[in-house]
Amino acid sequence: MRITVKYFGQISEITQKEEEVLEIYETSIAQLLDRIYSKYEKLKNKEFKIAQNRELVDMNTEINGSEIALLPPFAGG
Amino acid sequence: MNDKKPKNVFKSGPISFEFIGDSIYKHQTKTSIGAHNIFLGQVRADNIDGKTVSAIEYTAYEDMANQKFHEIRESAFEKFNLTCMHIYHSLGTVKAGEICLFVFVSSPRRKVVFEALEYIVEAIKANVPVFGKEIFEDNSHQWKVNS
Repeated sequence: MRITVKYFGQISEITQKEEEVLEIYETSIAQLLDRIYSKYEKLKNKEFKIAQNRELVDMNTEINGSEIALLPPFAGG
Repeated sequence: MNDKKPKNVFKSGPISFEFIGDSIYKHQTKTSIGAHNIFLGQVRADNIDGKTVSAIEYTAYEDMANQKFHEIRESAFEKFNLTCMHIYHSLGTVKAGEICLFVFVSSPRRKVVFEALEYIVEAIKANVPVFGKEIFEDNSHQWKVNS
């Protein structure tokens, strides 16, 4: 399955990109995150939330959306 | 209300005082309103380890953020007897002293607008994916976190 992973704020400083398309076999968010960590090791020290198709999800969530986003702490307002 | 599509809440750069004044002025025709309440978020020149914040550069996960703003709007209309509500948030660079968030609620009665405004502003701070890069005077930066 092909998904788009989006990176924001300080997360995108580490990945050096705002998004990328990944061909994945992983079925859960946790598994996908392992793969992302192996690519960008420094992310392990960062705090972030994960959204799937623009809704926050937890680690055990199954991947069924086409857009996953890594969201660092919010700073609106 | 639920069939309404999310509006675009974002404005490029600071929110001007002309825009804020004009928004208030436009409500003169809505004479069922007896009380307005306004929140203005202003960029603070925080001093951190001897360095002063000169601006915040805002970015957002815009699609999700507009959806969240929409949900906050809908739930505020459900909870409170509001006549109208407007929310604007900046994207891009906003200098210290300039306005980055404008929330405007109106109702026939005052008590409602006090409660509603606090509810909306807190929900924005907690739930909307907006990110802020605090730029110091020496051009170094750090990432803002809502407390």
